[in-house]
Amino acid sequence: MDILVCVKRVPTVGGKITLTEDGQEVDTRMSGFTVSPHEECAVEEAVQLTERLGGTVSVLTLGAEIAIEQLRDALALGAGRAVLLDTGGNRPPGPPRETGGNRPPGPPRETGGREYGPIATAAAIAAEVRAHGYDLVLLGNEASDTGDYQVGIRVAHELGWPVATGIKNLAVTDGVVVARREYRGVEEAYTLPLPAVVTVKEGINLPRYPSLPGRLRAKRAQIERVPVPWRADGLRKQKLRVPDSVKHQAEVLGSVPDLVRVLDEMGVL
Amino acid sequence: MTVLVLIEMDGAEAADASLRAVTLARGLGDVSAVMFGAAAPAVGGVTDVYLIDPAVTGGYAPVAWARTLAGLVTETGATAVLAAGTERGNEVLAHLGAITGLPMAANCVAVRAASDGTHELVRHRWAGLLLEDAVLEASVALCTVATDGIAAQPDEPGPAVVHEHKPELTDADLAVRATESAASAGGVSLATARVVVGGGRGVGSADGFAPLEELAELLGGVVGVSRVVTSEGWRPHRQQVGQTGTKITPELYLACGISGAIQHIAGCAGAKHIVAINTDPGAPILAHADYAVIGDLHQIVPDLIAALRAR
Repeated sequence: MDILVCVKRVPTVGGKITLTEDGQEVDTRMSGFTVSPHEECAVEEAVQLTERLGGTVSVLTLGAEIAIEQLRDALALGAGRAVLLDTGGNRPPGPPRETGGNRPPGPPRETGGREYGPIATAAAIAAEVRAHGYDLVLLGNEASDTGDYQVGIRVAHELGWPVATGIKNLAVTDGVVVARREYRGVEEAYTLPLPAVVTVKEGINLPRYPSLPGRLRAKRAQIERVPVPWRADGLRKQKLRVPDSVKHQAEVLGSVPDLVRVLDEMGVL
Repeated sequence: MTVLVLIEMDGAEAADASLRAVTLARGLGDVSAVMFGAAAPAVGGVTDVYLIDPAVTGGYAPVAWARTLAGLVTETGATAVLAAGTERGNEVLAHLGAITGLPMAANCVAVRAASDGTHELVRHRWAGLLLEDAVLEASVALCTVATDGIAAQPDEPGPAVVHEHKPELTDADLAVRATESAASAGGVSLATARVVVGGGRGVGSADGFAPLEELAELLGGVVGVSRVVTSEGWRPHRQQVGQTGTKITPELYLACGISGAIQHIAGCAGAKHIVAINTDPGAPILAHADYAVIGDLHQIVPDLIAALRAR
């Protein structure tokens, strides 16, 4: 079984989230980057499926050159092949290339504020699926940053394949996928013939740590690159804002009896 | 102008998340509710109801539901279709977007029709930690409404015209359907618990959760955990509070050994009161908590249990 997993590079935000001055993107000067959490589980699920059933795992991301970091993370977990749907722009950090000249000081901006919307993203993924041929395409249910909740479904419609979303349990037997999720405390099961698209959620598995041989293999792996032209989606971002919140500092209680008194006042005892 | 709102059911009633979508839709035009059910519950602020016999789709079938909405858009000339930002609402509207080729804006908290036919909207990013101001350029605006973004403002149910609607569906539309099994066994659910005792990295091990379980039981609540705890395999993922876990709305969230990464705050910000127990007075959780006890949870939690038992 040949599986394609689609992952997205997102900022690792910790204690707080700040924006660039123009409000176009998250300020990532103080943060690292990671694979969006649901998609890390999608990679693990694909690797587990092929360990049981045989086959291959390819990983894909749409982004700038710098997003190959996340492709290598997925390769280290066990994916065998990686494709960058190249949006142009940021190079990975490192010495200036001979042809590239001096890069401007300071960190590169991630997207330059220009995001590829869900329609353009899905069309690019579907084109790769048609060009290469897969039995199963896995994505995260939603990316942690944009939270559009639709790329997987749009990919499925582009291909004319069935799709299930928000999946927490996946079984494949004899060319059929049984995908399960919970809705209002009730378990729902979806039965899809392959080829199919499935979007998964964190909790479907516990992703492994990359092994040392895995990391070395990932470091040496070739990355296939496919340029993807930008096109406008109908949803145009104007700017991002941090919502007004009643930021305050907690009142510090000196002792457990004080804590008991406070809990009593809240009416929870 | 007609606005269609997909109504999800909570038993025989319209789900609260769907009533929030109706509240937002009323600012855009005359609201027609679309319901898949045996009978239509009264919903305030709605002029028409399109009621689809659930036998037609054999339960929940996302593509069939979306195809039904697509047909109703044509029939009514609707300028917008809204749904709750739930698993089903987001899923059905994404299918509708794919079927029609229209963009879809997920988890909106405000939508306004502009004079040029576009819609100006505000939507959640990062599970509500950020807001996006955006313009939606589309012949029909497809939007889901964040489940925690706006409050439902119920209107007195007036006389709505109920249309028993028979959608035109093909076998392909019905190919993917949910088979439901019985509700999972009892216990207090994390999403609806009145008290949640949270444990994070500071708990230190799987075994370290025993006192937190004891405290939760004493308070009639449940244990919730941060992402690191499930990543370490100390506790199952269904106990995770946060962006990739469960959003909670208890009276009290007692966060023990949790530093307060914003993805965690996205899950617990709906708590009425937050009390943090942490060794670090500079932990980010303190900026979100009402009260804090600075110290080691391994001493404070057993002391608290003893004090509560002594009452």
